[in-house]
Amino acid sequence: MSEERVGVYICHCGSNIAGTVAVEEVSQWAAGLPNVVVSRDYKFMCSSLGQELVEKDIKELGLTRVVVAACSPHMHERTFRATCERAGLNPFLFEMANIRELDSWATDDRVAATQKAKAMVSAAVRRVIHHQPLQLLPVNINPNTLIVGGGIAGITAALEIANAGYHVYLVEREPSIGGHMAQLDKTFPTLDCSACILTPKMVDVAQNKNITLLSWSQVEAVEGYVGNFTVTVRKKARHVNEEKCTGCGICIEKCPKRVIDEVFEAGLGYRKAIYRPFPQAVPKYPVIDTASCIFFQRGKCKACQMFCPAEAIDFEQQDQILKLEVGNIILATGYDTFDPRRIPQYGYGRLANVFTSLEFERMVNAAGPTGGRIVLRDGVTTPKSVAIIHCVGSRDKNYNEHCSRVCCMYSLKFSHLLHERLPDAQVYEFYIDIRATAKRYEEFYHRILEEGTRFIRGRVAEVTDAARLPGEEGKLIVQYEDTLIGKQRRLPVDMVILSVGMEARRDSRELAQIFGLGCEYNGFFIERHPKLDPVNTMTEGIQIAGACQGPMAIPEAVAQGAAAAARVLSLISQGTVMMEPVRAHIDAEKCSGCRICNNLCPYNAIVFHEDRKVSEVITALCQGCGACVAACPSAAITGAHFTDEQVMAQIEGMLWDVQPQFAVTSTETR
Amino acid sequence: MDNSYEPIIVGFLCNWCSYRAADLAGTSRLHYAPNMRPIRVMCSARVEPQFVLKALREGADGVLIAGCHPGECHYVDGNIKTLRRYELLKRMLRQLGIEEERVQLVWAAASEGNVLADAVNRMTEQLRRLGPLRWRETVLGEDGRTVEHVDDTMAKEV
Amino acid sequence: MKYGYYPGCSLERNAAAYHQSAMAVAGPLGIDLIEIDDWNCCGATEYFSINLLPAYALVARNLALAQHQGVSDQLVAPCSACFLNLTKTDRYMADSPKLAADINEALAAGGLHYTPGSVRVRHLLDIIVNDVGYDVVAARVSKPLIGLRVAAYYGCLIVRPGYGGMLDDPEHPTIMDKLLRVLGAEVVDFPLRTQCCGGHMTQISQEVAYEMIRRLLKNAADYEADVIATACPMCQLNLDAYQANVNQFFKTDYMIPVLYFTQLMGLAFGAPPDELGIGKEFVDARPALSKIGVAMPSSGTPRRSETSKEALPMPRLEEE
Repeated sequence: MSEERVGVYICHCGSNIAGTVAVEEVSQWAAGLPNVVVSRDYKFMCSSLGQELVEKDIKELGLTRVVVAACSPHMHERTFRATCERAGLNPFLFEMANIRELDSWATDDRVAATQKAKAMVSAAVRRVIHHQPLQLLPVNINPNTLIVGGGIAGITAALEIANAGYHVYLVEREPSIGGHMAQLDKTFPTLDCSACILTPKMVDVAQNKNITLLSWSQVEAVEGYVGNFTVTVRKKARHVNEEKCTGCGICIEKCPKRVIDEVFEAGLGYRKAIYRPFPQAVPKYPVIDTASCIFFQRGKCKACQMFCPAEAIDFEQQDQILKLEVGNIILATGYDTFDPRRIPQYGYGRLANVFTSLEFERMVNAAGPTGGRIVLRDGVTTPKSVAIIHCVGSRDKNYNEHCSRVCCMYSLKFSHLLHERLPDAQVYEFYIDIRATAKRYEEFYHRILEEGTRFIRGRVAEVTDAARLPGEEGKLIVQYEDTLIGKQRRLPVDMVILSVGMEARRDSRELAQIFGLGCEYNGFFIERHPKLDPVNTMTEGIQIAGACQGPMAIPEAVAQGAAAAARVLSLISQGTVMMEPVRAHIDAEKCSGCRICNNLCPYNAIVFHEDRKVSEVITALCQGCGACVAACPSAAITGAHFTDEQVMAQIEGMLWDVQPQFAVTSTETR
Repeated sequence: MDNSYEPIIVGFLCNWCSYRAADLAGTSRLHYAPNMRPIRVMCSARVEPQFVLKALREGADGVLIAGCHPGECHYVDGNIKTLRRYELLKRMLRQLGIEEERVQLVWAAASEGNVLADAVNRMTEQLRRLGPLRWRETVLGEDGRTVEHVDDTMAKEV
Repeated sequence: MKYGYYPGCSLERNAAAYHQSAMAVAGPLGIDLIEIDDWNCCGATEYFSINLLPAYALVARNLALAQHQGVSDQLVAPCSACFLNLTKTDRYMADSPKLAADINEALAAGGLHYTPGSVRVRHLLDIIVNDVGYDVVAARVSKPLIGLRVAAYYGCLIVRPGYGGMLDDPEHPTIMDKLLRVLGAEVVDFPLRTQCCGGHMTQISQEVAYEMIRRLLKNAADYEADVIATACPMCQLNLDAYQANVNQFFKTDYMIPVLYFTQLMGLAFGAPPDELGIGKEFVDARPALSKIGVAMPSSGTPRRSETSKEALPMPRLEEE
C-alpha cells in the first residue's frame, strides 16, 4: 500500500459539469477511495479561489498528489500544474480527469455521466499515486528561421523577422516570389494595383541582408525538433549562373521555343522555355524549363547561350542540396484554385468563352497576355455581355462545402473592371449571397450596384451552346433559376467567368507529411486552435500563415504572416524553451541489446552502443511517443509520465464498478 | 440478455488527434454513448497489447484504440505501428475466443469530433448485441484454466 | 460470364437490330446472354401511370422468373426503360416490406415469389464497360471506325436516378464515349447527351416531342456528327423514325443516322452490316458508314479550332 496523500477536487464549472454530473455525490464518493485524504467540489476550480483551495490543502494537509476533475487537460493542465508548483509540489505529481468535454458535455444521461465521472476520477487517483516528480527540459532555440512559400504571407513574415535582426531562409518553388498576388491586377476594395503594392516588398526581400532567398527550390526533408531543425532543401538548377547574369533578358527574347504558361498566366498566355514568370520577378534571374527546352530535349539550339552577353547560361549546372539549421519554420504555401473541369455542366474546357477568374485576372492585367484588353478566346472580339457565376466549387456538398471568402469580392471587382474597360457591356452576376464582410467591402458592393450590373440570385444549372430560342445562336446560354421571381430562365451572353473557389494546394498532404503536420479532410493545414491560435500547429516550432490554413484574402494573409513572425520572434527572444519531460529512458541493466527499438524511433533518438551492447535514448531528440516503450520485449524502456504502472493503474481505476465482479484474480501483487 | 446491460469500453485516445477529436465532440455538444471511458496516451503507438488484455481482464467488454489518420501522426508513423500490432493482436484474441468487434482501431483527426462519436456509438451498439465479455468464462473456462479455442479461421489462412 | 437476359418487347420488333447486334458481339466478348424463359412486358411507362400495384407486379414477375430460373444472379436489360423498371421495382420492394408483401401475394397466384435483392439488374452498356472492360473490347477490334464522327447519346434513363447505384456522372457521363473511342471512332462532344428524347410524347403531344428531338439533332449536327450512337430503343426510335417529321415541322434537313452502340461495336469487330441489323433504320446509315474502312488520319482537333495568331489558348481537357 502506498503512503501517498491524494487531494481530489471536483469542479462544477458552473452548470457545465454540475448540470449533468452529480458533482457532490462524486466528491463524497471519492473521499472513500484509497489514499484520498481530502475530497472537495467547487464551482470553478480554475478561478483564483479554486486554485487557492488546492494550494491551501497542499500546505496544510501535506498532500503529495493532486487530482482535479474538470475540463480537458488541453485547457487547464498547465494552470493546475502551476498551482501545485506554487505550493511547493512538483507539477507532475498532478493528474487531471476530463469530466467535461469527455463526459458532461457528451451526454445528457445523468446516471451514466456520473458513473463515468466516478470511473475517471478513480482512474486518475490510482494513476497519480504512481507519478514521479519530473523536471522540464531546456531546449535552445536556433535564431534562424525557415519560411516556406514566397507569397504575400511568407514575404510579410520574412520581412518582420529579418527587420528584427534575425536570419531568414525564404524557400520558394517558383522562379520568383510573389505568389498569387503577383498575378492579380487590381485588389479589392481599394482597387490598388496589386503589383504596385507587392513589388516594393519583393524588392525589400531581395535587398534585406538578413534574408537568404532560395527561389526555384523545394524542401525535401525535415529532421529535428523545435529550436533545432535540420532542413534539406533542393536548390534546383536554373541553368543560369546567378553570379554572372545581369537580368538583361536577351536570352528570353532569342529563345525560339514558346510554350503555354500554365502557372503564372493560368494557361492563357505564353512564355519561352527560358523565362522569368513576370517582368518584375525577384530574383531577376531567368530559369530554363528543361522539359520544354530544345537543347535539353533534342540537343540542338543553345540560342540563349549564344546571345548571352554575360556568358551566364550554364547547361551543366546541377541541383544543389542544402542543409539548413533553423529553429523555427513558417509554412506559407498558399492555395490552388478549384478546377472547374470537375463541373462539366459549366462547359469549361469545351466551350471556348468560359473563363476562370484567374484567367480573367490575367486577361485584365495590363502586363498580361492581351495587354489588358478584354476579349473572347479568339483574341479579337470584345464581349458585349458577360455573366459572372459565383460559388463555383464552393458552398457545394458535391465539391467543397466551405465558402471561399474572396470570390464575392473579386467578382464585384471584375464587374467594375468590365464597366471601366467596356462601357457598353452588360454584366450579370449570379450569386447565392453577397459576402462582403470586411472593412469597406459592403460600401464597394453598393458602388458596384450603382454601376449597372444586374445581380441575379440563383445558382446556374448549366452553361451551354445548344441554342434553342431566337437570339441564342452563337452565344453561350446560361440556364439558371432566378429565385427572387421564382422562374427558370435562359440568358444568352458572350462570355462567362467562373468565380472558382480557393482550395488547399494539390500537394498539401505530401508537404504536411514532410513537416509532420496534420491536414484537414480538404487539405488545409490544421491550426492548434481555430479561435485562439490560428497560426500555431500541433507541432512545436512550426507555424502556418496565409491561405494554406484556409481561404482568405490579402489582409488576412498579411496579418497571419505577421502573427507567425511574432510567435517566432517570441521564441527566439526567449532563447531557451522548456520542453515537457515526457521522454523515454532505457534501463541499461534490463536492456538485452535486441535493438528492436532502434528502428522504431521516427526521430532516430535511440543509439546502440556496440561496446556495451545496449541501446540508449538521446533525451534531447526523444519526443515521447512511446512506440519504443510499448515494443520493448524486456520492458527495459520507461516512458516518463506514461509508465506501464501508471497506465495499468488507470485501467484498473476506470473499471472500478465492474472489476470486483469480472476481474480475474491477478497473479501479480500489484 | 437482460435489458440493463450496458457495455463498458476502455478507450485509448492519442493526445494529438483522437483525444482532441473527443474534446471537440464535447465542445460541440455532440452527444454519443457514454460507454467509452477514455485514457489519454501521447500516441496510439504507446498502446501495448498488455494494456488491451488488462482492460478486458479487469471487466471491460471492449477496447477502442483511436489514432491519427495514416500520414498524419504527430510522431510520423506511430499509428502505423499501432496498426501492425493491432492486426497481430486480433489473431491472438481470436484464439482466446474473443470476438473481433471487442477490440477496434479507428482513425480520427483532431477536427473530426463526429467521426469519433460515431465510432463510439457504433461500437457500443455492436457490444450490446454481443453481450458482456466475461473473461473468466470465455477465456479461462470453469475451473480457471485457459481453454484452447479451436479457431478454424486460422487454419484457412495458413 | 453468364448473365440472365431480358430483351424486352422493343428488342423483339422495333429494336430487333439492337438484339441482333448484342448477340453478335456477345460471343467475341465472352459473355453468355441467356434469355429468361417466359418473360413478360415490363409495362414501360404507361402501366405505371394507370395502376401501380399491378404494374410493379408485372415487372416483379420477371425478377421472380430470373431468380427462380437461377441462370445467374445478374440480369441484363439492354433497353433503358426496362432496365429502369426492373431496378426500380427491386429497390422499392427492398425499401418497403408492405409493397414486397403485396407483390409477392400477387405473384403467388402464379406460383412465383421474389425476394428483393436476389437479382442484380444491369444495363448492357454497364456489363460491357465494367465487367468485360475496355481492354478486351479493344483487343477484338479488327476494323477500327477511323474517321467516323460519333455522338454518344446516353438518354435520360441510364445515368439517373440510379436505383441500383450510379453508373456514371449524371450530368456528363463518359463511359460510352470511351467505349466508342476504343473502337477507333472520333467521338465528338455532344452536350445534350443526357437530355430526354421526348419519350412517349410523340403519342401525346407531337409539337413538344418534335422540339425535343429537334434539339438533339441540331446539337449533333452542330458538332458535325456522322452518326448518333444510342443505348435505348426509345431514343433510337424517336431520333430515327421521327427525323423526317421533325424536318417537315421545322423546315430543317437533318440526315443523321441513329445506331445502337452494339451495332458500331459489331462493325468494329468485323461483322458484316446486315448481321447487325444495319439497313433497317429510317435514316439509312450506310452512306455515313461508307466512311469506315477508309484510313483517314485522325484529326484530334475540335471542330472550332482556329489557328489565328491572336487566339488565346484553350484549357486542356483530359481525354477520358
